Amino acid sequence: MGRSLAKTCTILLAITMGLVLSGCQNFQREPDNSLYLQLGERSGIANIVEDLLYLIVDDDRINAQFKGINVAQFHSNLTDQLCELSGGPCEYSGRDMREVHQSMGITNTQFNALAENLILAMEENNIPTAAQNRLIKRLLPMYPDIRHL
Amino acid sequence: MTRFFNKPRAVRVAPLLILGLLASPSAMADIGSRIWATGGVTSIEGSAGGGLVPWALLGSYASDEEWGGTVALSRAEVDDYTLSVTGAGINWNNRIEVTVARQTLDLDSLAFTLKDGFGLEQDELNQDIFGVKVRLFGDALYSPWGQWSAGLQYKRQRDFTVPEAIGARNDSGTDVYFSGSKVFFAAVFGRNLLVNATVRGTRANQGGLLGFGGDLNNGYEFMAEAGAGVFINRQWLLGAEYRQKPDNLSFAREDDWWDVFIAWVPDRRFAVTAAFVNLGDVATLTDQQGVYLSLQGSF
Repeated sequence: MGRSLAKTCTILLAITMGLVLSGCQNFQREPDNSLYLQLGERSGIANIVEDLLYLIVDDDRINAQFKGINVAQFHSNLTDQLCELSGGPCEYSGRDMREVHQSMGITNTQFNALAENLILAMEENNIPTAAQNRLIKRLLPMYPDIRHL
Repeated sequence: MTRFFNKPRAVRVAPLLILGLLASPSAMADIGSRIWATGGVTSIEGSAGGGLVPWALLGSYASDEEWGGTVALSRAEVDDYTLSVTGAGINWNNRIEVTVARQTLDLDSLAFTLKDGFGLEQDELNQDIFGVKVRLFGDALYSPWGQWSAGLQYKRQRDFTVPEAIGARNDSGTDVYFSGSKVFFAAVFGRNLLVNATVRGTRANQGGLLGFGGDLNNGYEFMAEAGAGVFINRQWLLGAEYRQKPDNLSFAREDDWWDVFIAWVPDRRFAVTAAFVNLGDVATLTDQQGVYLSLQGSF
């Protein structure tokens, strides 16, 4: 009795998951700027990037990799990049990601450190969990370029 | 030999010593860099995973240039049994995980059956488990194909009288497993979904607590295990696990296990896991259900 109930629950859960996942994919196909709006548009994203830069400066795991950058330009480029990725009306005008990171030898430790700081910066700006996750999902395709894999 | 196998007594004390170290400020300096809750928790066999199933994730927060470790105390209380587990593990470069665990199964009501039926005076069974897990390739968060690991669990039963009396063939055995884990970002209502699948080759009866091999089957069999969980946020993971089991002994039917768990990871240093577990029939006592609680410290 308990066994068949458990099995039924598992099957129902699997079906529900399947529907939810396919539903999410359908949503993605429509061009939408809801993530951009949830991040607070370009000014909200600029605040996140600013907080991210402060966190990077204090983080001994990665701050050396950022030595000598033009902070204002980096801030504006990354803001444009996140704005564009989230569906906003911006265009990233910086250099190609693979090219930029080519000789930096970025380790998984450093990649994790940056991801952590981005999450903390979003939390400081009260970005909802779902929006944080959606932004990270859109950043994931850059992982092989940044790690130069 | 006896002296050697008494050594794991140190296993019981080690976590307390390490918990002491955790509290000292010098050890607080650096913890691993992996993202919160991506080290899983300590399973009942010591390997990083959920509660009942090892996952492809390696324990602690060590990333590719770091060392890390975990200590854990766990307890499962089902209708007629209590299982206590003390475990510890280290992780080098998020590449190799080495773990030890001591399991103590209090037989509670089975002790009477054993005394009346077999004339055996035994109220607990102890088992030591030495585990190694290697991350073969991939990263659970960042690789589109997920993270894949392979592991061994060498298990040694310390009280073989009872398992032998009910038909187990060996007092030790080695489980081998291959496991894949993947986090799908923003997959369920914007929440991250963690999925794990494990296949295990084993001869163990009730995970080894009732010995290895038996009269119905004495060879290795492949068992399927799985787990899935949703991160409500980065501190809370809600999920379920399933573990298929062999059925080697005619003495008593062995059932598959499953659990529903919630893990709270307030900080990289500390994790609490609570679960409802269903172990099915265990050594003639039917429908063993109950609660599971596990505390884990990481450094």
